[in-house]
Amino acid sequence: MKLAKKDILGIKDLSVEEINLILDTAESFVEISTREIKKVPTLRGKTVINLFFEASTRTRTSFEIAGKRLSADTINISASTSSVVKGETLVDTARNLEAMNPDIIVIRHSAAGAPHLLARMIRQSVINAGDGFHEHPTQALLDMMTIRNKKGGFGGLKVAICGDIAHSRVARSNIYGLKKMGAKVAVAGPATMMPRDMDKMGVEVHYHLEEAITDADIVMMLRIQTERQNQSIFPSLREYSSYFSLNKRNIGLAKKDVIVMHPGPVNRGVELSPDIADGPYSVILDQVTNGVAVRMALLYLVTGGES
Amino acid sequence: MKILLKGGRIVDPSQNLDGKMDLMIEDGRIVEIAKEIKKKASSELKIYELPGMIVAPGLIDMHVHLREPGYEYKETILTGCEAAVAGGFTSVACMPNTAPINDNRSITEFIIRKAAECGLANVYPLAAISKDSQGVNLAEFSEMKDAGAIGLSDDGKPVTNAALMRRALEYAHSLGLPVISHCEDTALSAGGLMNEGFVATELGLRGIPNSAEDVMVARDVILAGYTGTAVHICHVSTKGAAAIIGKAKKDGIKVTAETAPHYFTLSDEALRDYDVNLKVNPPLRTEEDRTAIRAALADGTIDVIATDHAPHARTDKEVEFEYAASGMIGLETSLALGLKLVAEGVLTISQLIEKMSVNPARILNLPKGTLTVGSDADITVFDPEKLWSVDTALFRSKSKNSPFQGWQMKGKALLTIVGGDVKYSEYED
Repeated sequence: MKLAKKDILGIKDLSVEEINLILDTAESFVEISTREIKKVPTLRGKTVINLFFEASTRTRTSFEIAGKRLSADTINISASTSSVVKGETLVDTARNLEAMNPDIIVIRHSAAGAPHLLARMIRQSVINAGDGFHEHPTQALLDMMTIRNKKGGFGGLKVAICGDIAHSRVARSNIYGLKKMGAKVAVAGPATMMPRDMDKMGVEVHYHLEEAITDADIVMMLRIQTERQNQSIFPSLREYSSYFSLNKRNIGLAKKDVIVMHPGPVNRGVELSPDIADGPYSVILDQVTNGVAVRMALLYLVTGGES
Repeated sequence: MKILLKGGRIVDPSQNLDGKMDLMIEDGRIVEIAKEIKKKASSELKIYELPGMIVAPGLIDMHVHLREPGYEYKETILTGCEAAVAGGFTSVACMPNTAPINDNRSITEFIIRKAAECGLANVYPLAAISKDSQGVNLAEFSEMKDAGAIGLSDDGKPVTNAALMRRALEYAHSLGLPVISHCEDTALSAGGLMNEGFVATELGLRGIPNSAEDVMVARDVILAGYTGTAVHICHVSTKGAAAIIGKAKKDGIKVTAETAPHYFTLSDEALRDYDVNLKVNPPLRTEEDRTAIRAALADGTIDVIATDHAPHARTDKEVEFEYAASGMIGLETSLALGLKLVAEGVLTISQLIEKMSVNPARILNLPKGTLTVGSDADITVFDPEKLWSVDTALFRSKSKNSPFQGWQMKGKALLTIVGGDVKYSEYED
């Protein structure tokens, strides 16, 4: 089976079959990263540009490693959004990159919809590495891969996604993906961090962490952006961590075999107590490992690879 | 030069006229309307045979941005007027948010002089409420009125200070100048890019809540009621604002209101592809709001259809949605979208002409919006059945930021007469 898409812009656009294809392909790539010589020639001669308009260590490194393990030439461009606003536009940047004939452009941007603009402008494949509060499809795919590995599937699972839902692209992509795959999703966060009409996304909406995590199979904690304190979205970090942090006490409400996930980077002691982040429930580092495999799979599939 | 319009259906709500009649123009004025006027064409008399056409008082768009002075790369008074007459508009009122802002006599005079040089549509400048539209001190209303300004607005920059708004209403009322209020609580709308609701939640775009508009509309009608003055509410987009205006009218408050074609035609569902041409302020609202706006047009709560014609160059729009300028052009699509309301049974043709000509003239105190004998011959002739498709490349407007590109339209202005002179015609050979 081949992926019939030029671009990976969001989970919303993917079918169940496409998600399974990506996850299966990712599984087949896991082994490469455990070899002595961690490199296969699959994408030799292909060029991948990582165009990052927003700071990122984890995602950018993960894409770079994924490309290199498949022998693609990977180039990283870190552009600051402010210089782009002042000078060259995204459209000009895109046309210039296109003229150099890369095969894939991976883009991270603080403005929702920026990857869509890029994909309309250029003929090469575009992979969204996170756009504003909109989507982060590769994160959701690596999360789904991790869940599938640990739980054997998705049917009947309850996934609680907790924290700043309004400003989270991770939450949106996971909601689309997990619901498509048959899981139930509950979200929890302060009312000020819950976007309007959230229930219409087909999720349970809670304003108390405890309600959402009760009997959950998976608890996914989101990173709280500490700078949002200044926007009157929550009173203080102290109050937030008292009421919305996952800790030894409240994790007992979840299922016994619960797994705890986090897209990183973790604010230790804020949304996750350190003993939970490092404890037996945590699969945070598995997520990171799977991230490389998922991104290898996408680079392979958008360039026409078959499973 | 005399002009005889023969055999058209004259629809003039200002004198309850609707029927097949002939109309004679002489020396820039309407001199006769009769069942049949028999004349022979000559070098002195041009005759238009108009079977099936509607002959209406010249359309007036009381909310346009002509961008000159300052933003001539987006639009000029000339290109804006060319777009106006092509869209069937004989008069436009232009908002003061130019650079510099029209907050003083010299800018008002400049606009009037430029428009006279263009000699196309009548251009009526709206002057700023506050100096530099900063919302701090009142601009010099009397002097700008003397220079030719016909109303006041800080459009685009709402007057956030309620005390200043109160003073503006009182002072303007004493001068007979309408105050046109862009209602937006900028604290509630801060950072917003589209309507707050399910679509914004899915797209991950910051929302502008309906309440940002509603609370300011409520404030303005309360102030108008308290001071016994009149206020005109711009570009109404929400169900709540329409309800507040409807109640205020019942209570006898002198409030009038306008909406734009995009608010009765489109909803926020259209934004799913991040089309920057759909980014507009106030934003396209939900289907529920769109339905309420149509109902408010039908029951008379909303008096006027005005385009909020907001030209933006490609460079302002061909960027990320978040950074794109807000606004869309409307002069060349407004009539067809209005006629769509007629086709859909929301308005009668007479009500449409009221909202696009008679009512704006009344609100702006203009001696226009009528075909009574003796009045200025500002006349729009349109074919309500003509099918055409929108191609912005053919638009007269300098900017092409229309979300209606490619739409199939029904109804088009074929003849636009301003002061007895043909300014736009699809009849000439």
